[in-house]
Amino acid sequence: MHEFSIVNALLELCEKNAEANNASKITKVEIKIGKLSGVEPHLLQTAFDTFKEETICDGAELIVHVQELVVFCNTCNAEHTLEKNEFECPVCKGTDIRVIDGEEMMLMRLEMDSN
Amino acid sequence: MCKDCGCSITPTQWAAHAHEHTHDGHTHTHTHHHDGHDHDHPHAHDHDHHDHSHHDEIHANPQLNDKKTIAVITKILDANDTQARHNRAHFEEHSVLAINLMSSPGSGKTTLLEATIDTKQIKLGVIEGDLETNQDADRIIAKGAPAHQIATGQACHLDAFMVHEGLHHLPIDGLDVVFIENVGNLVCPASYDVGSHLNVVLLSVPEGDDKPAKYPVMFRSADLLLITKCDLLPHFDFDVEKAIREARKLNPKVDVIEIDSKSGKGIDQWINYLKMKKALR
Repeated sequence: MHEFSIVNALLELCEKNAEANNASKITKVEIKIGKLSGVEPHLLQTAFDTFKEETICDGAELIVHVQELVVFCNTCNAEHTLEKNEFECPVCKGTDIRVIDGEEMMLMRLEMDSN
Repeated sequence: MCKDCGCSITPTQWAAHAHEHTHDGHTHTHTHHHDGHDHDHPHAHDHDHHDHSHHDEIHANPQLNDKKTIAVITKILDANDTQARHNRAHFEEHSVLAINLMSSPGSGKTTLLEATIDTKQIKLGVIEGDLETNQDADRIIAKGAPAHQIATGQACHLDAFMVHEGLHHLPIDGLDVVFIENVGNLVCPASYDVGSHLNVVLLSVPEGDDKPAKYPVMFRSADLLLITKCDLLPHFDFDVEKAIREARKLNPKVDVIEIDSKSGKGIDQWINYLKMKKALR
């Protein structure tokens, strides 16, 4: 249950961006949550709705995009989506792969009312 | 393309609204700003804005309803990661190897550290994370090594800020290794970089060989997997090969040591691992 800590970090990031953009209010927050980032999207949603009150995000909508695991296989020289938590190329079965998406939690976009 | 919000207004619309786009924090306004908005695209500049119907009303009061969308694309834990890099730099300045020890509660993290101190081959210090009590730090200090306890309260993990705080309470000069003994938990600590060089994850025999597959984020993060309490193997249906196979599906490069801190099995290998990693830093 570290979703509350994640939301606190997210709210701080929103405050910082609102200030940099001279915004009075944030109305929409879009985040990308990797399937293997270690957080549960619906708990994140609940935590956001609880903690946003009386912050710059009060009343803001949170949109969570869940990101599949995407790897780049150096042997195939191609990108593949991993369906299972098995870190090998689903095509050539090689392990010379690099994860390019699906392990991170990212703030992608903010919609704000500016002053 | 509007530079401020990245929206894609056509050249005609640009011309028509040119007076509104001449300064920062522009005032071009679309009351239904996000209509036709493509949620799957990570960047903000692909929005279509169809509805300009309240344009006149906005002109009457440009301060109201002035929405804009910005692309941020920042890690949510960016501040933590910055602090983690700082912590790592701090360890490096003091030529100390930092190891984040993670596992479920009761898998033998503190007992492993006690056994490590007893070998007298590694000079170590410990930053302890627990919800409550100083018991773990007291056990380390009783063995003669420096330790600082962080009581996290209700927090289920250590983050880079807590470790930084702990660092300044630990005399680290002259140490070979600083262990960050994380809160016992196979979920939350895996999401936080605390500024260590290596993640060592413990899996004790009584927990079962199914844990790597059940807690993929944690076991994927491991540089070294320690299968602990190995002397209990005859009493449990724990398939060591299966546990290793599952862990390597998640991280094909993970190293594994089978260890028992009480009997001393595998401790030599563990000490050699620490010495080698320290020498490579």
